[in-house]
Amino acid sequence: MQWLNVILQGVLIGGLYAMFATGLSLIFGVMRLVNIAHGDLIVLAAYISLIATQAFGMDPLTSLLLVVPVMALIGYALQRGLLNYTLGEDLLPPLLVTFGLSIIIQNGLLELFTADSRKLQAGAIEIQTFQLAQDLWIGALPLIQFVVAVAVIAGLQLLFYRTALGRALRATSDDQAVAQLTGLDTRHIFALAMALSLAVIAIAGVFLAVRANFDPAIGPARLIFAFEAVIIGGLGSMWGTLAGGIILGVSQAIGAQIDPGWQLLAGHIVFLAILAVRPQGLFPKVSG
Amino acid sequence: MIVEHATRSSRIGVALIAIALVVLALAPYWGDRQTLRLLAEMFTFIALASLWNLLAGYAGLVSVGQQAFVGLGGYVLFALAMLLDVNPVLAIFVAGPIGALVAVPVALLIFRLRGAYFAIGTWVVAEVFRLLASQVSALGGGSGVSLPASVVLAMAPSRQMREFEMYWLALFLTVATLAAIFLLLRSRHGLALTAIRDNELAAQSTGIGVWGIKFAVYVLTGFGTAMVGAFIFLQKLRISPDTAFSVNDWTAFVIFITVIGGIGRIEGPIIGTIIFFALRQTFAGLGSLYLLMMGAVAIVVMLWAPKGLWGMAVERLGWQILPLQRHLVLRKDARGKP
Repeated sequence: MQWLNVILQGVLIGGLYAMFATGLSLIFGVMRLVNIAHGDLIVLAAYISLIATQAFGMDPLTSLLLVVPVMALIGYALQRGLLNYTLGEDLLPPLLVTFGLSIIIQNGLLELFTADSRKLQAGAIEIQTFQLAQDLWIGALPLIQFVVAVAVIAGLQLLFYRTALGRALRATSDDQAVAQLTGLDTRHIFALAMALSLAVIAIAGVFLAVRANFDPAIGPARLIFAFEAVIIGGLGSMWGTLAGGIILGVSQAIGAQIDPGWQLLAGHIVFLAILAVRPQGLFPKVSG
Repeated sequence: MIVEHATRSSRIGVALIAIALVVLALAPYWGDRQTLRLLAEMFTFIALASLWNLLAGYAGLVSVGQQAFVGLGGYVLFALAMLLDVNPVLAIFVAGPIGALVAVPVALLIFRLRGAYFAIGTWVVAEVFRLLASQVSALGGGSGVSLPASVVLAMAPSRQMREFEMYWLALFLTVATLAAIFLLLRSRHGLALTAIRDNELAAQSTGIGVWGIKFAVYVLTGFGTAMVGAFIFLQKLRISPDTAFSVNDWTAFVIFITVIGGIGRIEGPIIGTIIFFALRQTFAGLGSLYLLMMGAVAIVVMLWAPKGLWGMAVERLGWQILPLQRHLVLRKDARGKP
């Protein structure tokens, strides 16, 4: 029963990783951009939520109503004002510019909020639990977080395959030049994709901040989790990414149960093992 | 027609380098302790940046995980010196082959990832190394360990001699690294590497074995980076997983140096290191604001001068310090015909 509990907790945190990961794979899919500052933007969302809860006395989950649009705006502006100028044949400019951005966000947050650990208080909901079976309990908050993650992925899936914006995003992803010929403004589409990506990780950032302590330096590790979930799940598949997040979450939970020092290591090792035996991921949709 | 490497500016450049080398080799006779330490630190960054430049600038392997090999080298040195009583200077030269050996399976694994995902993959590997290092309790586990005084004393009896020795070691490692990179780029393989840098697809279509060359460059870089890492931690005398595998110190700064100086040019890292240290000596007191500023400078340079300061100088003025480029020279024979 103890192990079942461990696995269940791993599955639930996997939802959070899947949200990190969908944000990353979305912009990679649309514009082949890998955002090194991705993790730091997640942390930025957590701090914006911190400001909202402290300044307006909002509940962290209510603060999503503010954090999500703000992050989406930041994403749109970032893409239009900076990242669009780095896209092209050469791989280096987007990589190095987002690397610089990562350093700027980390040190900016450090300057504004110091290196102190913070946590968002969500009140009574944090300690609410349901009993599933004897000795098997499930927290309300992790459950909400997982349900939200599944809803976000389902929503993105609908958006991609059922709406005009989704059609534009897929067209740009397939062939940028042809998409442009049909009258799509790819700079605008890219900026919308980035806005969407940051909206998703805004949700993830707030849940992260409610669940655990955060400080300005934890961004890179979130980027790595996002990346591992994407690769495990297979490029281009959103449900695959959810599976990837869950596999990563479960591996970490099992590792932590064996020895607390093995939590992160276990996740990395499963990632490397999957890379070794199935480099295209478990549920790939596109190659490259 | 013949192919020549040298130009007038490169002949002047080589002469200047020879003079600079003599002056630097004699630094213990003209510099004080602080100058020697600063110069030695600059040399290690020139070496690290040159190796990263070979990897990213020439072979197109943009790694953000070279701290894996810096830390590996450091830990190999500490393990050999503390557990097996190996002379630490000798241990530096053992760290190189071990770095190369470890690079082989790492490359086989992460070469499955392409482009930017390759970059993050290298970072995961560095994280794995860091977490593994913190599990080794014989070397201090997560909190790290200091090199015992007996090991340090075994290097040279007096403190001054040790400092001279460390300085010359740094100079030697850097010059050897630069010379190796220079010879590699001058060789047939260097021509292939330059072709890959300019256009990978075109290079492949002319029959260059792109995978093999990239693999070789990755392993060679692991060799050099581990040696430099071993030296760095011999100088620091203390190692911990967080300092050994620091992404800021061994990758962010190194990338900054290479980008500012000029990526894809052998002179770039040298120019970049000089600028980086000038900025650091001036602004380091600002703390995190200084790092923030560096990130901004890197972005500005990448957007407006993607070839770096040296790249700009080369394009505007046609300079090259080291004779690397090949150009055809028309030479008339005795009868006056070309």
